[in-house]
Amino acid sequence: MSNNEEQTQYSKKDFMSDQMIRWCPGCGDYAILSQVQTVFADLGIPKEDFAVISGIGCSSRFPYYMNTYGFHTIHGRAPAFATGLKLANPKLSVWMITGDGDALSIGGNHFIHILRRNVDIQLLLFNNRIYGLTKGQYSPTSEVGKKTKSTPMGSLDHPFEPCAVALGADASFVARTVDIFVKDQRKVLQEAEAHRGTSFVEIFQNCNIFNDGAFTHITDRKVRGEAVIFAEHGKPLTFGAKDQPVKGLKLNKQLQVEVVEVGEDGPGDDILVHDETNPVIANLLARMRPPFPVAMGVLFRVERPTYDAGVHEQIAAASKVPSAGDLSKALYSGSTWVVE
Amino acid sequence: MTTNVETVENVVIRFAGDSGDGMQLTGTQFTNTSAIQGNDLATFPDFPAEIRAPAGTVAGVSGFQLHFSSKDIRTPGDAPNILIAMNPAALKANIASLKSGGMVIVNTDKFTDRDLEKAEYEHNPLEDDSLEGYQVVKVELGTLTKRSVEGLGLGAKESDRCKNFFALGMTYWLYNRDMSVTQEWIRGKFKAPYDQANLNALQAGWNFADTMELFHSSYEVPAARLEPGTYKNITGNAALALGFVTAGSLSGRQLFQGAYPITPASDVLHHLSKYKDFGVVTFQAEDEIAAICASIGAAFGGSIAITTTSGPGVALKGEALGLAVITELPLVLVDIQRGGPSTGLPTKTEQSDLNIALYGRHGECPNPVIAAATPSDCFNAAIEAVRVAVKYRMPVMLLTDGYLGNGAEPWRLPELDQLEPIECNIEPPSDSDEAFRPYDRDPETLGRNWAIPGTKGLEHRIGGLEKQEGTGNVDYDPTNHEYMSKLRAEKVARVVAEVPDVEVYGDTDGVGVVSWGSTYGAVRTGVDLAREAGIKVGHVHLRWLSPLPANLESTMRGFTKCAVAEMNLGQLHRYLRGEYLMDLKSITKIQGLPFMSSDVAAELTKLAD
Repeated sequence: MSNNEEQTQYSKKDFMSDQMIRWCPGCGDYAILSQVQTVFADLGIPKEDFAVISGIGCSSRFPYYMNTYGFHTIHGRAPAFATGLKLANPKLSVWMITGDGDALSIGGNHFIHILRRNVDIQLLLFNNRIYGLTKGQYSPTSEVGKKTKSTPMGSLDHPFEPCAVALGADASFVARTVDIFVKDQRKVLQEAEAHRGTSFVEIFQNCNIFNDGAFTHITDRKVRGEAVIFAEHGKPLTFGAKDQPVKGLKLNKQLQVEVVEVGEDGPGDDILVHDETNPVIANLLARMRPPFPVAMGVLFRVERPTYDAGVHEQIAAASKVPSAGDLSKALYSGSTWVVE
Repeated sequence: MTTNVETVENVVIRFAGDSGDGMQLTGTQFTNTSAIQGNDLATFPDFPAEIRAPAGTVAGVSGFQLHFSSKDIRTPGDAPNILIAMNPAALKANIASLKSGGMVIVNTDKFTDRDLEKAEYEHNPLEDDSLEGYQVVKVELGTLTKRSVEGLGLGAKESDRCKNFFALGMTYWLYNRDMSVTQEWIRGKFKAPYDQANLNALQAGWNFADTMELFHSSYEVPAARLEPGTYKNITGNAALALGFVTAGSLSGRQLFQGAYPITPASDVLHHLSKYKDFGVVTFQAEDEIAAICASIGAAFGGSIAITTTSGPGVALKGEALGLAVITELPLVLVDIQRGGPSTGLPTKTEQSDLNIALYGRHGECPNPVIAAATPSDCFNAAIEAVRVAVKYRMPVMLLTDGYLGNGAEPWRLPELDQLEPIECNIEPPSDSDEAFRPYDRDPETLGRNWAIPGTKGLEHRIGGLEKQEGTGNVDYDPTNHEYMSKLRAEKVARVVAEVPDVEVYGDTDGVGVVSWGSTYGAVRTGVDLAREAGIKVGHVHLRWLSPLPANLESTMRGFTKCAVAEMNLGQLHRYLRGEYLMDLKSITKIQGLPFMSSDVAAELTKLAD
């Protein structure tokens, strides 16, 4: 391109499409859409190089509202479409939008395989612990005993912990945030984009129609300080409400997490320091549930080769031979004979 | 010694043994040698689904049939002239198809009581009269092979493994084949001492046949008069892969294949993964669904996208194929058909996926369907399918089958400069402030804009929800849905511009027979046989199943009677009756085996009465 040097400056508005947004008023998706549009404007990536791919569900309407390339595909299969697109055009910044049902139920297989391959995309899972678009059945992240239209006596299914599933599938980047945690969410999305590989981000998202308040016991301003811990690489894992004593996480001799008070001198050696390259810590953080604080931020991040880069490296290596792409040679090679 | 050399026009030879006996390899060597000697030929590998079924059992028999000729031939032959049976099970499984008076070479080392028991023979067929009417040649293949490799330091098992080359050497003598092709291949393929062992066994087989006066005569099958050109022996799956690589080159775009291993389609993935120097991306997905979805993603990204599978995979891909139809993206889905339903007969051939190709998706969801006729035709069919998919912006289904995929024939290599480029008409970047309209289309083909992510100014969204014409926006308007449904059907109908009129082979005013796909050779040869017997018969072979050729109905109405021949229970038959309200007869076979020309001729003769 000729005007490469003068990088276009974008605003959030540039990423808003002309389509009417059809999510229910008050849906947590609005907040996420707003953050994604804001983050896109700041990334310094040409607008035409973004592609937003989704499956089926409320969250998967997302691409229609982004003024980028977008593909609203079929239920559960978005990781496969995203993989094909990224392989076809590796320069694209591919963002996959999915939900708890789309990613972990119908699309469970594709979800684990894209993570293990480490295709360089961002995978945002909006977890509202319910089926919204089909009007209120329990999802694979719904808690046991949940009464829904399909479980009048309570759900019997043991739920998935999405971040733990991602870690189990050898994801190279695992993060968690909340629809209404504006600043934290924005930072996580930027980190996700910066990471080379599949960046998995679980976003707690409130469905105010079918599962309203699913996360208020964690995210409400009144409880947030005690209920949430923000993990930062290299920093002690501490938390606490503003006017309360600071608390920290430590491991006991059984390698179980304990919450302890941190003295006035600050965190001592007994307080766990977050190491985002350590899968043991990542798994501990991923699985913490009340009464423990729920972990937010980048829980795990390691560098490992991406699938798409590997595919194109093999192609580049194979193309070094002088006969590369020589169709005549390909056809006429092997045992041939001539009939006069 | 001197032996009588008889010149014959045609020979059908079948090698049969245990799955581990190397029969496919032996057959392939005979095939390549015959090809280079200038014969026309056709092959039919027939093997069990199990990799190594219990040794010595009928279930574990693997066979390879080759028809080679000094004339133009189209099938692997109805009945073998000669059978090489490496054990009692191979004899039992194949003797019934041997021509009466035909020759059977048996490996007597494998006719112990235990071997006979495994093959469930109550009496030794070599000792009773069950082989009466055949020329039986008894050879201690194992013992003789062992002797030929003595001194090379091979163990008993390793020595025994060379016996297929001993058998091959015998048949090379019998049919006056030049051994150098196989000798060269052995030298390149095997390390010492196995190269020498196999060379010894091959030569020993030849010498044995030469000196032992086992045969009354040897046979000469002169070179066929093939069209001038450079030839190569090719299987359908290899030709298909080359066709797609060529289509990628002709389009100037990257070829993307999404696939999940499935018999008998996996070979296409193996072949294509070797063409990385053409920029070909092969993606072995986690399942059939991911394979097609990745391909559709790649098509959105501007690749020439294909996905290759067999019947069960097609069933799984249905929903995604519907997405390709509504998003109007170019895609080729290849179904290398096998016996169904369910796991069915994975290694056997059948044409029973016509219905799923035509109708197997929910909603009003049409797509063009093309079928290859011969192994080498898979090359052309692949290019044609890509050309239509790209030109009309929609998925095309290409049907081949196990018989075409694994069968081989000599292929006259195409002149590359004769192949027309595939115009992709990719949408150029835009500086316009107006929203891009992804569903604006070419007035002639109705193909929509192909706007590739990464292109400036063309940002747009597509998806599985009904589209508004032009803008591509989600639209639930009732009249728009009806309009778009009809438009998608009209796009398929317009492909008729690419479909040549059918031509009748033979008589236009006698009994007609319509066939499609891999039955081409058997039906055409059957028509020849019937006509040689003085019956008025004409043959119409379909390449495009959807849309149908414009003159098909009038052509069929010109026959006194018309039948449809296919390897299923009458799927094309019902389709054509429905389209044309015609009284058509049905000729079917569903045994996992191709038609025999003689059966087709007999059916046509009956119809003519």
